[in-house]
Amino acid sequence: MSRFGMVIDTRRCVGCMDCVVACQTENDVPLGQRRDWVVTEERGTFPKVAIEMRSERCNMCDNPPCVPVCPTGASHVSDFGKLVQINERDCIKCTLCVAACPYGARFMSRATGYAEKCTFCVHRLKVGLEPACVSVCPTHAMHFGDLDEPNGKLQQLLAANKNRVLKPEKNTKPRIYYLT
Amino acid sequence: MERLSRRRFLKISAATFGAGMVTAGAPAGSALAQAAGAPEQGVRTVPTYCEMCFWRCGGIGYVRDGKLWKFEGNPKDLVSRGRLCTRGTGAVGAVHDPDRLRSPLIRRGKRGSEQWIAVTWGEALDYMAERMKAIKAAHGAESIALFKHGIGVKFIEHVLKSYGVINVTAPSYAQCRGPRDAGYTLTYGVGLGSPEPLDIANSRCLVLIGSHLGENLHNTQVQELGDAIGRGVSLIVVDPRFSVGASKAKYWLPIKPGTDIALLRAWMNVLVTENLYDKAFVTEHGEGFDRFVADIKDATPEWAAGETGLDASLIRESAREMAKHRPATLVHPGRRSNWYGDDSQRSRAMALVNALMGNWGQKGGIFINHNVKVPPYPLPAYPKATRPKVDNPDRRYPFAEEELSQGVRAATITGKPYPIKAWVVYSSNLMSALPNRKETLEAIAKLDLLVVIDTVPSEIAGFADVVLPEATFLERFDELNVVWGRQGSVQIRQPVVPPAYDAQPGWWIAKRLADKLGIGGAMPFKDIEEYLAYRMQKAGLSYEQLRKDGVIVGPPKPIYAADGAEVSFDTPSGKVEFWSEQLADAKLDPVPKYARPEEPPKGMYRLITGRAPMHTFTRTQSNPLLHDLMGSNEVWVNAAEAARLGLKHGQLVRLRNQDGVTTTVTRVKATERIRPDCVYMVHGFGVEAPLLRNAHRRGASTAQLNTRYRIDPVMGGTSIHTNFVSLIKEA
Repeated sequence: MSRFGMVIDTRRCVGCMDCVVACQTENDVPLGQRRDWVVTEERGTFPKVAIEMRSERCNMCDNPPCVPVCPTGASHVSDFGKLVQINERDCIKCTLCVAACPYGARFMSRATGYAEKCTFCVHRLKVGLEPACVSVCPTHAMHFGDLDEPNGKLQQLLAANKNRVLKPEKNTKPRIYYLT
Repeated sequence: MERLSRRRFLKISAATFGAGMVTAGAPAGSALAQAAGAPEQGVRTVPTYCEMCFWRCGGIGYVRDGKLWKFEGNPKDLVSRGRLCTRGTGAVGAVHDPDRLRSPLIRRGKRGSEQWIAVTWGEALDYMAERMKAIKAAHGAESIALFKHGIGVKFIEHVLKSYGVINVTAPSYAQCRGPRDAGYTLTYGVGLGSPEPLDIANSRCLVLIGSHLGENLHNTQVQELGDAIGRGVSLIVVDPRFSVGASKAKYWLPIKPGTDIALLRAWMNVLVTENLYDKAFVTEHGEGFDRFVADIKDATPEWAAGETGLDASLIRESAREMAKHRPATLVHPGRRSNWYGDDSQRSRAMALVNALMGNWGQKGGIFINHNVKVPPYPLPAYPKATRPKVDNPDRRYPFAEEELSQGVRAATITGKPYPIKAWVVYSSNLMSALPNRKETLEAIAKLDLLVVIDTVPSEIAGFADVVLPEATFLERFDELNVVWGRQGSVQIRQPVVPPAYDAQPGWWIAKRLADKLGIGGAMPFKDIEEYLAYRMQKAGLSYEQLRKDGVIVGPPKPIYAADGAEVSFDTPSGKVEFWSEQLADAKLDPVPKYARPEEPPKGMYRLITGRAPMHTFTRTQSNPLLHDLMGSNEVWVNAAEAARLGLKHGQLVRLRNQDGVTTTVTRVKATERIRPDCVYMVHGFGVEAPLLRNAHRRGASTAQLNTRYRIDPVMGGTSIHTNFVSLIKEA
């Protein structure tokens, strides 16, 4: 059984938002709403400055706070890749999951009214493709794979590089790692 | 009336809808499918090359249930390598843009009043042709000028030239890459062209001086930059602003704007005096090296420090770093190089640093590029011109390799050496592409005819007499793109979906215009497919395969001298010209000289500009997908300076320049990422085109502020970074 995750190399990211628009078209995300986005953080004082740019989305947490709050089970962990997914059929538009996510990854879709977020492009994964954001990234800053594969691409990257997850204090156990 | 009816469209597509072409190239199912009585279902793909910018990446258009869905990179294509940039990925937004031009328009009311009536193609082209005939009769065909951008102009340009038009100009020369090309031609005997043959993939040290690669998304290069960073390339970035590239750099040199030549001279001084340059290369290929050395001998880092605001030690250290990695050290030549009016010389100085690295034809430097030979279609010859072109009288700018757009504009204003009475403007928003908008308006006032051909109602379209709506690149065939690269290739542009509304492809417009002008013989083919298939056949390549794959790649050839690639220089001396006899003969500096730039007046800042990865020129701001990513620019102000001015991050301001020109409103980005003596804005916003509802007056325009420009004495480029602005708080 796979446990899909991502490793995103902030050192390569140029903040171009190609990942954002690729998601938008791939998944028909309504304009003005986003399943992924780019954060730029600035540190220091001129001329000793640093920036970090990173592409963010649902962290597909191992301990996802959005799942237990769902009254109907619409928000669930799927067998396929242990992905956190939303079953629209069961969604009652209560918005509890949107509030529960510490990453702001969920929103109520303007198009459907249901809760929506990144799916890791599960429809692409099932036909052997990578998520749209990963496959479009011009600097090859994003890597997708199975975190449970002991010698897999992701574990190798994590072993060889300094890395972190977002908001570890929330104890959500995110499955997106950032190389810094 | 001569509309392209659905019936006519069906005839065109049916003729091209051969067996075995089911997924590749059926132009847009809807017309066909509807004719067959069933809506198109499922997903089909069509490969084509992108026109969201000039890079021309190969992509694959996806059509889902008859509607354009997405545009992805074509893995077979050498330019995109299967990945499009932000704008390419957002190209579907150009097709779905609610503000795009929908039908031919003829002006009613004053120029610029934006009052239009929608007309048929027959009416619009009759109007255009009648006025062109009247102008030709009264003034000669030379009095009609064409301003152009991009490959789509091919057939329109051809028809106009067949009519006797000689004043044909692209602002992408004097208003963009021209200085760089001149700098390289003067040094190596050849400009770098596009895409530039830069071996970033193998560079061990990459120098960006003014290039903000990564913010300009020249796709192939950005991909190689990413990989270079992954390999731990030593990046040296010279920029008054802490660019994205600077954030990845080993050395950031926050240079005072306008002093680049001082730094470059000091770098050359260190490389020469410390004996760090490639002596073998200089001995074998260099010309005038001794005189060059004598010229730069006083340009010490200590001297340059006083000019550039950089520490002498940083200048010295970065030069040594470059030498350490040569010949796999590459000074990126940049692209949009018209900054201060001394730009050919700055570009030449950059070219000379590359020469000191000995990186021509070397791995990690500048490789020897190749293309695929595709013979031309035999088109009738153009009539002989009886008068010279107007753009550069007496070769005042002696090393201009192409026509100067501002020169055509100047001739239009003065009527000298002869009157220019018509402008045909193809896909170039002259209001923002040319410096000093006032002069553009003055020129427009002299015209008897202004025709704009574009996909969107740009600023210049607002002043047109006739506006012709072109189909977007995803809806049309165009000329083949013969691509230079490590391996040559040829790409096809073909429709993924049929043109929406009443828009038409350029070749179709050209063919009908030729008929109206009475020169139908200039376009001696039934349709563009006949033309394209002919060229491919003459090249001995399969047109069918090209349509199916989107690209055909030529055989590998050596790209490095070590592997047998030819290293030769088409300069007068046949060598790399360190000291330029040509420049000396023209009474220009034979070695790039530094002149101290003007200081901003008290309370003002030098305005510098650049690009964002989400937009191209002023062309994409209304694209709903790209607008959603970046709907406005902001003005970057050094944080301490902003505090001193009482400007908070996010404060709304206007910019006012030294000539009193005031922009629309934009927000302050108070940031540590820029020097205190300049402010920065991304070009392309603050668009004064009311029909671009999404983009109209969003952000502030850098183009509008460029009222004071200097002209490069070498090749006639017009500067952009020579204006000073103050910031006016908006209540």
